Amino acid sequence: MSVGSLCVFVLLWSVLARWLNDNTLPAPAVVWHSMQVEWRSGELTYHLGMTLLRVAAAFLVAMSVGSAIGIWLGMQPLANRIVDPWLILLLNIPALVIIVLSYIWFGLNEAAAVGAVALNKIPNVVITLREGARSLNPEYSEMAAVYRFGFYKRLRHVVLPQLQPFFAAATRSGISLIWKIVLIVELLGRSNGVGFQIHLYFQLFDVATILAYTFAFIGVMLFVEYAVLQPLDKRTNRWRASHGR
Amino acid sequence: MVDSALVVDVKGRTFALQDGDVLQAVDQLNFTLPAHSFTCVVGPSGCGKTTLLRMILGLDTGFEGRIEHIGEGAVAAVFQEPRLLPWRTVEQNIRLVLADDNQDESLDELFEVLGLQDMRSFYPNQLSLGLARRAALARAFVLKPALLILDEPFVSLDKSTAQRLHTLLLKLWHAHPTTILMVTHDMSEAAVLADRVLVFSDRPARLVDEIVIDPPQSQRDATMQLAIAQRIQRTVV
Repeated sequence: MSVGSLCVFVLLWSVLARWLNDNTLPAPAVVWHSMQVEWRSGELTYHLGMTLLRVAAAFLVAMSVGSAIGIWLGMQPLANRIVDPWLILLLNIPALVIIVLSYIWFGLNEAAAVGAVALNKIPNVVITLREGARSLNPEYSEMAAVYRFGFYKRLRHVVLPQLQPFFAAATRSGISLIWKIVLIVELLGRSNGVGFQIHLYFQLFDVATILAYTFAFIGVMLFVEYAVLQPLDKRTNRWRASHGR
Repeated sequence: MVDSALVVDVKGRTFALQDGDVLQAVDQLNFTLPAHSFTCVVGPSGCGKTTLLRMILGLDTGFEGRIEHIGEGAVAAVFQEPRLLPWRTVEQNIRLVLADDNQDESLDELFEVLGLQDMRSFYPNQLSLGLARRAALARAFVLKPALLILDEPFVSLDKSTAQRLHTLLLKLWHAHPTTILMVTHDMSEAAVLADRVLVFSDRPARLVDEIVIDPPQSQRDATMQLAIAQRIQRTVV
């Protein structure tokens, strides 16, 4: 079904490209050719790799900092009342402003780039995990208290499994948001990565190569979704599947 | 002189309500549990029985007075809801309460007695309420607790399932003598299980009567149990 609908998409694209017949919309075959040229020269792998590294670094920073703050705010109503306005402020600063300011204040370097991307994502993670921490079931906490679970045991067996759906939600929305912002960061202040290449070929008005990089990166993200995230989700949700008495 | 396992001397416990009123849940509760006794607490619903259990378990500390656990040993509890972690199997749930390096072999025996040996790798949502309650009992007994707190652990089970669990509980208690304090609203349950019954008044909870039941549980027949239940019933206001 989904393969069929993708085929229809490619077909429509070919028809439209033939009808327009100029280089603003190259045919799928032309894009495929550009992709192969970039692949053979090694450029595609290099720039994809750089972007992927930035996505991974920004994701790790955003998830660890964001979930730590989120869980803390979910458990401490007073801290939440103090921090909440900041969070709303941060949520409403445009990504572009954070990126530009980060480059101005910290220089055109990798740390500023990754930090700016992470900072754009952190408020979302905080809000998602704060909801998770608020919904922790006190019955399980009491059971853990009566049976004298230590901090580590409580975290691993009682708290984290309850937060798992919230981590999954933050991961899903996080990765797609992060990779889009990483391209902007690369366009504005890095000399490699998919965003840099798109900027380069934009100046050359080479739409085929722009699309080649775009689809290549979408392909990588689909691989992450189907080969990493979904199997992981299935594994952690085994207990939900086993219903019935 | 019989050793005591728990001394309760609570002067009072009040809760501030949303509208500014104060609710008095417990008032002057003073009793001692002899070691290895099986005590049932009965009283009108909402009279503060569960509040008392929470105070004994250390989950509620905002009371005046003192509660003293005598001697060493673990405290275990079975709540009204089994409170098994749904994302861990039955066996994992039970092993979790043990120390990490504890490879306890009595677990096999416990599973056997409770009829859970085929359920070890099941998740709690695959169990009926009766089986989940057995798993919660196994989790409590695997600790070999000095004090076991039971908060209506057999509520909303059908009669025959409840009776089977009564027999199992007595069997576990005889195999591993521990001091049990159990809240129930079912007089006939108290008549089957307890050797002492504490009768509480309506809220705020006060001790109205303390009934010692002489013949051991194993020697009580149906007629005797009925008579005991009626005697407890008369003292409950």
